[in-house]
Amino acid sequence: MTEQVAGLELRRDDSARRSVLHLRGDWVQGVETPVFPELRALLNAAAPEELALDCSELGQWDSLLMAFLLQCHGHCRDQDIRFSDDGLPDNARRLLGIATSVPPQRREPDATTRWWQGIHPSALLRDVVDDLRLSMAFFGEVCLAIWALVRGRANTRFSDFRHFCYQAGPDAFAIISLTSILVGMILGYLGAVQLQQFGAGIYVADLVVIGLLREMGVLMTAIVMAGRTGAAYAAQLGTMQASEEIDAVRTMGVSPIEFLVTPRILALVVMMPLLTLYANLLGILGGGIVAGGMGISLLQYTSQASAAVTLTHIGVGMLKSVVFAVLIAIAGCRSGMQSGRDSAGVGEAATEAVVTALVYLIVADAAINILFQHLGL
Amino acid sequence: MNESAPEVHIDVRDLTMAFGPKVIQRDLNFPIYRGDIFVIMGGSGCGKSTLLKHMLGLLEPAAGDILYSGQSFTRASSAERDVMRRGWGITYQSGGLFSAMTLEQNVSLPLQLYTDYTATQIADVVDYKLSLVGLGGFQSYYPAEISGGMRKRAALARAIALDPQILFFDEPSAGLDPISSRLLDDLILELKESIGATVVMVTHELESIFAIATNSVYLDASSRTMIDYGDPRQLRDSSEQPVVRQFLARSAAAGEDMGSE
Repeated sequence: MTEQVAGLELRRDDSARRSVLHLRGDWVQGVETPVFPELRALLNAAAPEELALDCSELGQWDSLLMAFLLQCHGHCRDQDIRFSDDGLPDNARRLLGIATSVPPQRREPDATTRWWQGIHPSALLRDVVDDLRLSMAFFGEVCLAIWALVRGRANTRFSDFRHFCYQAGPDAFAIISLTSILVGMILGYLGAVQLQQFGAGIYVADLVVIGLLREMGVLMTAIVMAGRTGAAYAAQLGTMQASEEIDAVRTMGVSPIEFLVTPRILALVVMMPLLTLYANLLGILGGGIVAGGMGISLLQYTSQASAAVTLTHIGVGMLKSVVFAVLIAIAGCRSGMQSGRDSAGVGEAATEAVVTALVYLIVADAAINILFQHLGL
Repeated sequence: MNESAPEVHIDVRDLTMAFGPKVIQRDLNFPIYRGDIFVIMGGSGCGKSTLLKHMLGLLEPAAGDILYSGQSFTRASSAERDVMRRGWGITYQSGGLFSAMTLEQNVSLPLQLYTDYTATQIADVVDYKLSLVGLGGFQSYYPAEISGGMRKRAALARAIALDPQILFFDEPSAGLDPISSRLLDDLILELKESIGATVVMVTHELESIFAIATNSVYLDASSRTMIDYGDPRQLRDSSEQPVVRQFLARSAAAGEDMGSE
């Protein structure tokens, strides 16, 4: 049974400075095999000029033996020890020959970046500035493409635009319906509980209408569209980047911005205000359901609500929806166009698209609110 | 390595492949012997890659059976299939390397999944497998950082990680320059001889067919079945099918049929 155990023994040959490595037993998976550091210690002690192999007692073997021999060969090369593979079984010698025919690549150690260098303020600032610069550059390209479209010189296809309109509009009805009714109901509850303490329960209609028209309707629609359409844009364009389709567009002499990005942005810009209107209607309906539950009659609710609707409120909501649409579409398309050329890159692009879109949305929303506050609208 | 009485390793029996009502190929019958380098050839669109996908179990046959070492693969349960697949190494047309992993992680994945090697042993074996394909020292590179030819070789390193019995190649040399594709052929041949595996490949690179193939089947697109079977060199000289002779004699003006599926 002792023959079955994998082992090695280094014997010194007295003539010349030559050592013979005796390998025995089975070197296969599931058997404990010697590891190279054991041999390295022996070799360092013996310091031979030549290493030969004796495999007469070697049983079965697989890649483990080959991995061991490869390390052995590498060590001998580094230490200027002559390695003689005559004793190896025929196919093992051939495999070792293939494995050692190309010397291993030495990668010059990268300038090691430690994790804390990533959070250095100047590096962070530079990243943010770079990102902003890229965003602005992309925005500029989009503006040029749209200008070209206005002058009628763009390679933008109407059929693409129609297709993306359908994707961004009717396809999104179900989820928009659900979220907006629920948001209307949430607003209704929130207001009703507080306002009834003052006996002002009827003003729940004002709260729901103004809250939805100016703020929640458009914001919820934008958030849903950022997750739905923005991410889809990033994934589509990222995959096209990975499969060299964008290169193909570019080398056809067509601007990928005109061909791929413009129809997407325009589709979202056209669809978002419509979706927002739809969301507002359903949201007000949701608020009405809650108000009904609180003992306010439908007639009271509708008359109070229609008094609260003004053109200014609707206008603010519509303006926001257009701004948000541009931001979502640009965040999505930019992430897609600048994505890495592999599956991991596409995943990152989709994540980045949603995250940037949400940041843009919140910042833009706050900015617009402050602006209108000052304008007194 | 070949024994005098060749042993059937893979047996394709009465295989019919179809997508719904559209039949791709019908009544395929051929054995692949242990130790063969077997080439599936035919014009573009005849169903070569489809046949390979059926052999790999990525598609289900409409009729017929595929046997590995006498055991039916088509009728095997998915657990049994996984056990059979463990003895296979597969490289896909575009490599199929995981782009989010380094070469080392790519090659060590099957080792981690299916062997009880220690972490050091895995690292050693990965180093050995990468050295075999001439990529020693490239452990920390990502697939995107190396060239197309290197990616093919890295995919080969992953395919041979578990010392497979059968190696499948889908267009191994597509998109490689003549020298790289020649080197890859040599590598496949050397590996096959040293590991003793059976190789099944889809290719229409005539150079490599004549250089390394020992047996082949020709699928015809118009009659939707195999029209010839045998050593490609013999088929070129004495096939009874003019189409096959024509296909193989193109070697002088090679390159026209290079389009992929």
